[in-house]
Amino acid sequence: MAGLATSFGSGAMTNSFNEFSSAKLFLIIGSNMTEAHPVAATLVKNAVVNRGARMILIDPRAHRLAEFADIHCRLNVGSDIALLNGIMHVLIAENLYDKDYVENFTENFEALKAKAAEYPPERASAISGVSADTIRAAARMLASANAAMVIYTLGITEHVCGTHNVMSVANLQMLLGNVGLKGGGVNPLRGQNNVQGACDMGALPNVFPGYQRVEDAAVRAKFEKAWDVKELPGKEGLKSPAMLELAKSGNVKALWIFGENLANSEPDISHVERCLESCEFLVCQDIFPTETTRFADVIFPAAAWSENEGTFTSSERRVNMTRAASKAPGAAMPNWWIFKQIAKRFGQEWKPDSAQEIWDNEVSALAPALAGIKYHRLTNDGIQWPCPSIDHPGTGFLHKDGKFTRGKGLFTPVDWVPPAEIPDEEYPFVLSTGRRLTHYHTRTQTGRCQGFDDVLGEESADISPEDAERLGVSGGEKVRVCSRRGSVEVKAKVTKEVPPGLVWMAFHFREGCANWLTNAAFDSITQTAEYKACAVSVEKI
Amino acid sequence: MTILDVARKNGVRIPTLCHESALEPYGACRICVVEVEGARAPVASCCVPAAQGMAVRTETPRIQRARRAIIELLLSDHPEDCLSCEKAGACSLQEYAYEFGARKSRYPSAEKHNYAALDDNPFYVRDYNKCILCGRCVRTCAEVQGDCVIDFAHRGYDTAVSTPINRGLIESQCVLCGNCVQSCPVGALTEKKSIRMGRSWEMEKVRTTCPYCGVGCQQWLHVKDGKIVKVTGVKNAEPNRGRLCVKGRFGYDFIYSEERLKTPLIREGDAFREATWDEALDLTADKIKEIIKKHGPDAVAGVSCARSINEDSYNMQKLFRSVFKTNNIDHCARV
Repeated sequence: MAGLATSFGSGAMTNSFNEFSSAKLFLIIGSNMTEAHPVAATLVKNAVVNRGARMILIDPRAHRLAEFADIHCRLNVGSDIALLNGIMHVLIAENLYDKDYVENFTENFEALKAKAAEYPPERASAISGVSADTIRAAARMLASANAAMVIYTLGITEHVCGTHNVMSVANLQMLLGNVGLKGGGVNPLRGQNNVQGACDMGALPNVFPGYQRVEDAAVRAKFEKAWDVKELPGKEGLKSPAMLELAKSGNVKALWIFGENLANSEPDISHVERCLESCEFLVCQDIFPTETTRFADVIFPAAAWSENEGTFTSSERRVNMTRAASKAPGAAMPNWWIFKQIAKRFGQEWKPDSAQEIWDNEVSALAPALAGIKYHRLTNDGIQWPCPSIDHPGTGFLHKDGKFTRGKGLFTPVDWVPPAEIPDEEYPFVLSTGRRLTHYHTRTQTGRCQGFDDVLGEESADISPEDAERLGVSGGEKVRVCSRRGSVEVKAKVTKEVPPGLVWMAFHFREGCANWLTNAAFDSITQTAEYKACAVSVEKI
Repeated sequence: MTILDVARKNGVRIPTLCHESALEPYGACRICVVEVEGARAPVASCCVPAAQGMAVRTETPRIQRARRAIIELLLSDHPEDCLSCEKAGACSLQEYAYEFGARKSRYPSAEKHNYAALDDNPFYVRDYNKCILCGRCVRTCAEVQGDCVIDFAHRGYDTAVSTPINRGLIESQCVLCGNCVQSCPVGALTEKKSIRMGRSWEMEKVRTTCPYCGVGCQQWLHVKDGKIVKVTGVKNAEPNRGRLCVKGRFGYDFIYSEERLKTPLIREGDAFREATWDEALDLTADKIKEIIKKHGPDAVAGVSCARSINEDSYNMQKLFRSVFKTNNIDHCARV
C-alpha cells in the first residue's frame, strides 16, 4: 500500500473487478488467483477463454493460471525488480513506451530511464532466470495492447523489498500509460474480506480514518473536535511486528489482539510465542479459542460474521453491507460494543449505538472519500469510494485522465536486492509460502466447517519431481523441512507446479505450519514480513 | 438479441430449462419453442435472433402441446420423488409439470435410469436419475468457472454428465465451487449441508457479503429459524455475478461450532475461568489505566481485525487514539 501511495497518492485497487471481463491483456504477478481469489480468477479465465484476452504471468510456480498464460515468466523467487526493470529497459530502448502519457502525467522519468538502462535483458535474465528473449517478448506484448491490467497479490509484497516491488509495477504501468483508464491500472487483491476496510478505518499507526495523517495538526484538531477530546497523539505509532518485539523487551506492556491468530500467522512461530508470553497484559477478542488466545489474560467473546450488521470494504474499494442472519452464541457481543464499553470506563460516552450510527454519524462524516456513503444507499451492489457526496455514484477506476491523487504520477526507480536469506550449503532450498484453495488462514473458520478438512487434512511440502528424485522421496512420503528457526515434518507433494530448488508450503495447519520456518525479516517501509523467501533444507525421514 | 431476450425485456414469459442468462444460448431442452410466422416448425426462442418485423406467438395450442410433451418425456425418466426431493418448490421441472398439466403416466413403459447417487465429495451429492441433460452444469463449469471439469459422456439414452474417465470429483480438477449446483434447475445436484434442513419456501433470504477473501462476493443466506442452511451467489450482482468459490458457498457453518467463545474469560494461573462482562471489562480497563499511568500510553498497543466489519476497526482505533492516547494501532494489511 505504501508503494502505491507513493507512486499514485492512494493505495488500493485502481480499477474494478467488472473490468476484468473486458480487459485485453493481463499482467499477473505474484498472485495465485485461482486458489486465493477464486471468483476473481474466473473473471480472468473468462476473458482469456471466452474473449481472447492475453495474459503474461510472472510467478515462480506454474500454478493453474499458467495454463491460461501466453507468456509465463517463471522467475527466481525475489527477482521481480530485476525482471520488471528489464522489461522497462526494452520498452525504453525500443521506444515502445507511452511518451505522451509520461510527459504529461508523470514526473521523474529521467531517473527511471537511467535506472532501467542498468538492466539490459541479459542482466535481468541472469538475475531472474527468465530468458532475455522472453523478457523482450513480454515487453513487446505489453506495448502492443491498448491497455494492460496489472493484478498482484502478496507474491510481490511479502518480501523485504515488497514496497519497491509495488513501486516497480507502478513504474511499469505509468511507462505504458496504463493507469487511469478502464481495463488497466494496478490492482492489488486483498487477502481478507476487510483488509481494505481496516486500512480505510485507520487501523494503521500513521493515519486516522480516511488516510488523514496523524502528524498533521489540522487533522488532529478535526478529530479532537469530532470526538470531543483533547491532545490526540501526533506521533506515528508502532506497526504490529514492532509491537510484538517490544512486548518481548518489556516496552509494550498491554497488547490487545482483535481477531488475529498471530501465533500461527506471523513468521517464526517460536519467536512470536516468546513475544506473546512476555507480554504483561494480553487481551484477546475473538470468536474461537486460538493458538494466540492461550497467552491471553482476558478473552472477550465476539459476535461473528452474519451475527451483526455492518460493512465490509472489498479490494475494489466497494463498501458492501453484511447483514445479520443468526444470533451470536451465549454472551458474545459485537466488537464495536466491546470497545465502547472500555471507553465508558475511561469516562468517554460514545453516542453511536449500532454499526449504522457509527458509520453514518462518524465514519462517513470524518473521511472525505466516504462522505457520500450512507447505510440507506448501501442496497444491492454497494458503493465504491471515493464517493465525496450523497449524490455521487462512486468511482469505478482511479486517476482518470492521468489525474493522480497526488497530482502527477511519480516514477520511483528501484534496484533489485536479493531476499534477506538466500540458500547456502546447509539450507540449499528456497522456501516460499502462500495459501491453498480449501482452507483460509489458520483454519479458525474453515477448520470448523464440515468438509474442508476432508478435502485437505494436513500441510504438505510441495517439491519438484527433479528434487524429489534427487532426495529419493515419493509423493506422500514424509520429509523434514528445516530452517534456521525451526523444523517441521510433513508429507511431500511432488508437483510440476514447483521449479527445482523451491519448496512451497502454506500456513493453514498448526502441525507443519510454514511459519515455524519463515524468516522474520521485514520490508523497511511497511514492515511486511518476507514470507515468500527463506532458506531451508529438506530431507527424507 | 434472441427472441427470448426480446420477450423477457418486454415482460412476455417464455418457459426455459437449459437457458441461463450467464451462459451462451444452447437450445437443448426445446421448452422455449415459439411459433414464428412463415417458419415451417416451432423454433427455440433462446437461439433464434429476433429480427425486425418478425411475428412471434408464444402461447398457441400447438406450442402448449409441444411443451407438455417435452415435460412428459422428461418425467418418463424421472424418479417420482418430489415428496422428499430437496428441490421441491424450487424445481423448474416440477413448476412446468404443474403449469402444463403434464403427467408422468403418459409413457408408463418408458425405460428408466437407475444410477447410484454419487457421493464422492464433502459438499454436494450428484443424483443423475434426476438429471434432465440440460447441460447447465457442464456449461457453467466451462463458460463461467472456466474449468471444464465435467462433460457429457456416452451417447443417446446412455448420455450422462461425467468427470474425466468417471473417476469422481476429488480425483478430477474440480475445485468444488458448487457453481454447477447453483445452476441446476432440478434436484440432480444438491448441497449436502442443506439436506432436510428446510423447504425452499420456508427460507428467508438475507443478502450479505462473503467473509473470506477480499473480492467481496455477494451472497444470499438461506435462513430458516435463525439458522443459515444454504448459501448461494447473488445473480447479476457485482462483482461475482452469482458465482462463489468453495469457501464462500460451503464455509458458513463455523459460526455454529460448539467451540465458539460464549462468555468472557479471565486467566487464573494456567487456566481460564468464566467471567461476567462487567468483571472482564473492569479488569481490562483498570489494568490498562494502571499501565498507562506507570509507563505512558505508548506502552499499550493493539492489532485490529481484517475480517471484522469496518465499524469494529473504527471503534478500536478510536479507543486507542481518543481514549488511550496512542497511535499504536495496526492490523495485518501489508499489500
